[in-house]
Amino acid sequence: MRSGKRRGRGRGAGKGDAMAAAGGTGDVGGNGEGGTVGGTGDVGGNGEVGRGGTVGATGSAGENGEVGGTGDGGGNREAGGGATARGGGATGIRAAGSGAGRGGDGSREQSMVPPAQFRSYYGRPVLKPPVWEWRIPAYFFTGGLSAGAALLAAGADLTGRRALCRGCRLGGFGALAVSSYLLIADLGRPERFHHMLRVAKPSSPMSVGTWILAAYGPGSGLAAGAELLPPALHATLPGRLARAAARPAGLSAALFAPGVASYTAVLLTQTAAPAWHEVRRELPFVFTGSAAASGGGLGMLVAPVAEAGPARRLGAAGAVAELLASRLIERRPGLVTTAYTTGRAGRLRRAAELLTLGGAAAALTVARRSRPAAAAAGLALLTGSVLQRFGVFAAGVASTEDPAYVVVPQRERLEAKKAEERA
Amino acid sequence: MRHGQSFFGPLADPAADAGHRDHPPRVGFFTDTSVCIGCKACEVACKEWNDVPEDGLDLLGMSFDNTGMLGANSWRHVAFVEQERPLGRQDAGLAELPTGPSTTEAAASVVARALPGTPRDGGDLGTAPVHLGFPSFDLPGTDADARERTDFRWLMSSDVCKHCTHAGCLDVCPTGALFRTEFGTVVVQQDICNGCGYCVSGCPYGVIDRRHDDGRAWKCTLCYDRLRGDLEPACAKACPTQSIQFGPLDELRERAAGRLAQLHEAGVTEARLYGHDPDDGVGGDGAFFLLLDEPEVYGLPPDPVVPTRDLPAMWKSAGLAASAMLAAAAAVFLGGDRS
Repeated sequence: MRSGKRRGRGRGAGKGDAMAAAGGTGDVGGNGEGGTVGGTGDVGGNGEVGRGGTVGATGSAGENGEVGGTGDGGGNREAGGGATARGGGATGIRAAGSGAGRGGDGSREQSMVPPAQFRSYYGRPVLKPPVWEWRIPAYFFTGGLSAGAALLAAGADLTGRRALCRGCRLGGFGALAVSSYLLIADLGRPERFHHMLRVAKPSSPMSVGTWILAAYGPGSGLAAGAELLPPALHATLPGRLARAAARPAGLSAALFAPGVASYTAVLLTQTAAPAWHEVRRELPFVFTGSAAASGGGLGMLVAPVAEAGPARRLGAAGAVAELLASRLIERRPGLVTTAYTTGRAGRLRRAAELLTLGGAAAALTVARRSRPAAAAAGLALLTGSVLQRFGVFAAGVASTEDPAYVVVPQRERLEAKKAEERA
Repeated sequence: MRHGQSFFGPLADPAADAGHRDHPPRVGFFTDTSVCIGCKACEVACKEWNDVPEDGLDLLGMSFDNTGMLGANSWRHVAFVEQERPLGRQDAGLAELPTGPSTTEAAASVVARALPGTPRDGGDLGTAPVHLGFPSFDLPGTDADARERTDFRWLMSSDVCKHCTHAGCLDVCPTGALFRTEFGTVVVQQDICNGCGYCVSGCPYGVIDRRHDDGRAWKCTLCYDRLRGDLEPACAKACPTQSIQFGPLDELRERAAGRLAQLHEAGVTEARLYGHDPDDGVGGDGAFFLLLDEPEVYGLPPDPVVPTRDLPAMWKSAGLAASAMLAAAAAVFLGGDRS
């Protein structure tokens, strides 16, 4: 099940999977190896799925042996390449038998997961895993950080907190610059990034986001530019203009900042990936909360304790919103919750939760007195935000790789519809 | 956004909805899998005509399917599903012979014990040296060991881009590279695509993908160039059994309904149409299918929904979250303390 996909993606499109398959083994080698290792359980099981979901991986020896060749290549690769936690195993509902013999050591160990609850085509994914790599979740963090910082900078500017204002303007623009790099570098054709600007398309959150960023960027850049102005230039005409423009520019950035922080959630929820699409109500709050938490974290890092009060409060408020929305996701009925609570996504999000919670608690207590404590709390909030983004991203990827997330809810929906029609 | 353009639900004329005037009728594929013989001529013809690169010569161990799934370099994909059941009232010619089970050893031993009492002592099956010579005029399986023989059917189905009425890929494309043609099909303009990859995650069928060494997204174009030259798509042209039928969608839907009735009459009660219904989650497919089992058995989603359906709800939630963030940012500066 996995071999085909990994190989296909590794060779075809997904660089992420190429990474997983880095164990080497040319394609043919992979097959041969799989054959000798011959974990029959795995593929025998898949065969069973293909034949209509009859349970139990006990196909005749001939069939298993024959099919076993390639299927277990996946197991090998997985073991060798450390295919991370992307895995279907997380759901607990699996295509029949496809979990057996996954060790890649050729053992005939039977899977401990329950028998088939759904049918699939050899346990293969129905959806394509996202082609996006680490840069996209990293951008979600830097974009959110920039937005949170822009809000703090504008408020600090208006209330005369110079250090906080300066730090957040510079940090916010720096994060925006990194964001631009991440977004462009993730394109398949980076030199064509400006094609995003040839249309404005309300049905595409990426197009909407492009224009939000285009509106946000100049304000952020101008405000940061004024902070970087050498004192020698302050008295010159350009210097005076830049300093006069800084406040309106910062306010304009703050106006668009919530859009920057929240559109990325819609970007994810308007996909076919079940774990993203199903949490469309909660995810924007996770993302804006995470953005506010990271912005607050930055403020606590860059400003002295005396000026960082708003940063501490924004960080804590964002953390609470993020944690609450995140809990709502975990309490959703249905299968998608599993994608968030298990595997790589589960680990990342648990760590994110601890750091965010700890950072928020520290922000409201010790960070009010000591600069090192404030810096530590700020770092915890920032790291928590990073991990949250990567966790949400990993959950969506996992939900495309296991057909259960697609087939089971859709089948249930169809059966419910049928039952309704009969009644 | 054009006024009246819809994101969900039945839509009679997607080409007109996209702004085409005086356009030809919407065309598509009706893939009747009940007559597919798994020859893969469609895969080959598609690659030949569209100059689609090679996608690996692998043995995937999934019956005769070594393509795996649709992708940037596979615009047609023939699925092979092996099942232990006969097709309709089909007589596999094994009625007089013991058909061995292949699921459990217990059942196999029962049959093995019963073999001596059966005609021809279980047939001359697996008891004598096997003649490997070709050609053979015997039924497949009659000279195999009875314990391996099964009442068997083979499902084959040529999958393709569905050219949805409401296409998830098209909706999310931020460059306008994906567009709706005058024929109602969905095509990527390769000189525009910048490889953002959004369409890959927007497709509820897992069809479109980014080509690794090229960086752009590719999928079936329903042979847009051939359509403009009044030719039928390469796969349909090459199909030797008319399993892949090309034509105006209305006509195909009629034909499909007729074929379905015919199959039901012939006892193939498991025959069903997939993707034909304009009321489904994607507004009906431009390429739809007649299947002999549940869609998921062929690797198709049972009830796909275009993600755009929930667009207003998603932006509403994002708007609330954004407002809350703005309000929170304002609130933390109020209160007057200078700490």
